[in-house]
Amino acid sequence: MVAFYSVYVTLKDKNHPSRIPTALFWGILGVIFAFSRFGMIWGNKNIKIDDTLIGYLIVLLAILSALKLVKYNKFNESSKEFKVEMSNKIGNKIFIPALALAIIAFVVAQYWTKQLGSLVALGIAAIAALIMAMIITKGKTKEVAEDSRRLLELVGPVSMLPQILAALGSVFTAAGVGAVIADGIKGFVPEGNILFGIIAYCLGMALFTMIMGNAFAAFAVITAGIGVPFVIAQGANPIIASMLGLTSGYCGTLMTPMAANFNIVPTAILEMKDKKYGVIKYQLPVAIIMLVIHIILMYIWAF
Amino acid sequence: MIKLIGVLIIIIGFILKLDTLAVVVFAGIITGLVAGMSFNEIMKTLGNAFVTNRYMSIFIITLPVIGLLERYGLRERASYLISKIKSATVGRLTSLYLIIRTLSAMFGLRIGGHVQFIRPLILPMAQGAGETRYGEMDEKDKETIKGLAGAVENYGNFFGQNFFVASGGVLLVVGVMKELGYKIEAIDAAKAALPIALIIMVVGTLQFIYYDKKFDIKYKTRMKMKKDLTKNI
Repeated sequence: MVAFYSVYVTLKDKNHPSRIPTALFWGILGVIFAFSRFGMIWGNKNIKIDDTLIGYLIVLLAILSALKLVKYNKFNESSKEFKVEMSNKIGNKIFIPALALAIIAFVVAQYWTKQLGSLVALGIAAIAALIMAMIITKGKTKEVAEDSRRLLELVGPVSMLPQILAALGSVFTAAGVGAVIADGIKGFVPEGNILFGIIAYCLGMALFTMIMGNAFAAFAVITAGIGVPFVIAQGANPIIASMLGLTSGYCGTLMTPMAANFNIVPTAILEMKDKKYGVIKYQLPVAIIMLVIHIILMYIWAF
Repeated sequence: MIKLIGVLIIIIGFILKLDTLAVVVFAGIITGLVAGMSFNEIMKTLGNAFVTNRYMSIFIITLPVIGLLERYGLRERASYLISKIKSATVGRLTSLYLIIRTLSAMFGLRIGGHVQFIRPLILPMAQGAGETRYGEMDEKDKETIKGLAGAVENYGNFFGQNFFVASGGVLLVVGVMKELGYKIEAIDAAKAALPIALIIMVVGTLQFIYYDKKFDIKYKTRMKMKKDLTKNI
């Protein structure tokens, strides 16, 4: 936690040089990350910002974003010639930190998960890899700050979308949206037909995941609403049916712009032109084939 | 039925390409109000979930390393390396990565990620493979390679991860089914995810090979010219 805290503080400072609304946007985000559970550093969970207040801050972020006040200015990126020259000079060593990031994160997470948690492992790996990268490239601290700012602001407000969607899911649950949807689907499915039940379960998972952008949220709702009464109650193996139900939801994840961290954020990371469907349009045929396979597999294997 | 208005708002918001962040927050507030929650109650639910899910934005902490490495020519180096491997095609490379990614996900290894692997390693390698084989490709095909590189990460990640006993998906299945009155062991749930993990490797590979064939046909003349050129030398 302490490791993250320091990362977030630097993150926050870096964002100030730009214009006031932009600074405000990243500043609020930084505060939520760094201080929302501030007390946990001393093991006292009571020292924290009230959740209600964070809710209001999120609305403020949404307003800033809606008014298009969050912009990024010109970055001081290195030239193509400089990159080629440096890549020849540094050679294959440049891959060491890139691989180290993943390997260190894995090793630390594998051996010390119980004590640290896998997220702290990633934090440790990120810092270790950064140190290695700075030694190998002989880069300056200011360049590191500038580059992280460039990438973060390039990814933009999209980067916090997964989190806000998860939050939306909890509001939907609290409001009882799931029950309404499950009731609606119940009207279409003829009772006593195993194949129709399976199709309704798999399609329901995929469709609801596409709307929510989150297969986990869909799973709890659709399994209770369709999976159990229309598939498992008819004699399906509950283990196989439920696991295939969840992965049917993943087929939906491949097809929806709502699954921002898998389908929208990557278009920004890969600097694609089509920011909404750039990745999705290639995933669509595979997702449909996989969904059909799920239905067939559940029909054969679970009964 | 009126509670579905939030879903409707999101669908309309996305179709009109309005600001996503604002649409989602707005949909949440309206849904809550329609369901009879107080404004403060909605804010509390929203805030609490946002904070407990803040690990989802964890990728931000890897940005400094990648940023610095890119400044010093990481992508240029990867393209250079792959450009020396003549046999690699875009499809074979992505298929190979799909297998590595799925297997690592099945064993709970986090070898992958759009920021950690696709952007710095796989995409430049695929672009390099394409250019070596076909020469300069047109804009549309460059976007195709990016799309496939983005997709391969998701295929392996999604359908491999649930074979790992301590994965979020397995824990979710066990937890939800327990609430619904079915006792399931985590290890059994994980085993049930095995066929799908194997199937995605086959289906994904078929897609990548299809694009290889498509590129081969499109740039046929150019590849032939290249061959003749080397023959004469």
